[in-house]
Amino acid sequence: MSENSCEASRRGFLKGAAVAAFALAPGVMLVAGPAPARPPHVPARETQRWGLLVDTTRCTQDCTACLSACRTENRLHSFNRPQTDPQWLRKVHLRNESTGAEHHLPVMCQHCAEPPCVDVCPTGASFKRADGIVLVDRHICIGCRYCMMACPYKARSFVHEPITDQNPEVPRGKGCVEACTLCVHRVDRGEVPACVEACAGNGNGAMLFGDLNDPDSEIARRVRQVGTRQLREDLGLNTGVRYEGM
Amino acid sequence: MLARARSVLLSAVLLGAMLAVAPLAAFAADGVPFPVVPKATGGECVEDPEVMRRDHMEFLRHQRDDTMRQGIRTERHSLKGCIDCHAVAGDDGRPVGIDSEEHFCRVCHDYVAVKPDCFGCHASRPDEPDAAGRQAAR
Repeated sequence: MSENSCEASRRGFLKGAAVAAFALAPGVMLVAGPAPARPPHVPARETQRWGLLVDTTRCTQDCTACLSACRTENRLHSFNRPQTDPQWLRKVHLRNESTGAEHHLPVMCQHCAEPPCVDVCPTGASFKRADGIVLVDRHICIGCRYCMMACPYKARSFVHEPITDQNPEVPRGKGCVEACTLCVHRVDRGEVPACVEACAGNGNGAMLFGDLNDPDSEIARRVRQVGTRQLREDLGLNTGVRYEGM
Repeated sequence: MLARARSVLLSAVLLGAMLAVAPLAAFAADGVPFPVVPKATGGECVEDPEVMRRDHMEFLRHQRDDTMRQGIRTERHSLKGCIDCHAVAGDDGRPVGIDSEEHFCRVCHDYVAVKPDCFGCHASRPDEPDAAGRQAAR
């Protein structure tokens, strides 16, 4: 994305992830499946692990449906300062220089099973919920930004400006680090993340959301049947966001 | 006679002044103005008002950790519930935000000079149907 000043270094960083190409079963469409609702009084369960699967063969360069949906849902409005504007989701363009193969993919918090951001957090603000969603507890975040340095995906942003008119379900404010929450407020009421909904609606149907631990879920079936990749698999972080077709 | 008339006049002026101030502040017996807490729009509060006055911060803190850490989203002690029910309409008919002195939380918190920092991150007014669209248009 041209507005992303970090793009060039990112591309180099992620290049290792794009070395192999997988053949995709023809005519397979990834659509957003319903996430089972959990009653409001029941805590998130360890038996679940929410995940995202992105079909990079469907994701196109010019489509920004997921980006717009993310900004609208979480009200991430720009201050016209691209260097510091929060960015929870970015489109990354990869090109394998030896083969010329190109891929376009949304990259957000990868919701690692072994998240480095949690390891380095000095206050315990950065944490992983029982169902695998990695979040920042802004009540105890001191804004030190260690997690931003630790994250290999450059997924986190620091809020530099006072924020008003937040989505009541998505509190966010100056002085804290934040990142994709996998739309935890939507997931908790049984909906899919906003990006997934938009991708299925006016995008290319390239994103699939579901419970990786449920063998009967569509995402678990796909991960079982089709070759999928994690970004920077070499780090062994066991990401909840997976990519296929690259 | 003149002194008596002057005293009556003074009383009238004082009474008038008190009446003029009355909508803004109620007076306790010792003359210290109490804040006038705006009426809630919903029904009965989730707890007894006496309990709420003393312990609302404990309820909110408990709920905040349950919601944040475990994803428990019951509405009984949620800040969003407080904000929805205790919205105060401003001059334009829209609910006022924490920047207004009329905001439900501020009426008391200003009085006791305690600044809640909830609204550095949390929305201080109920969501409006067009809010998402308005933000996206920015």
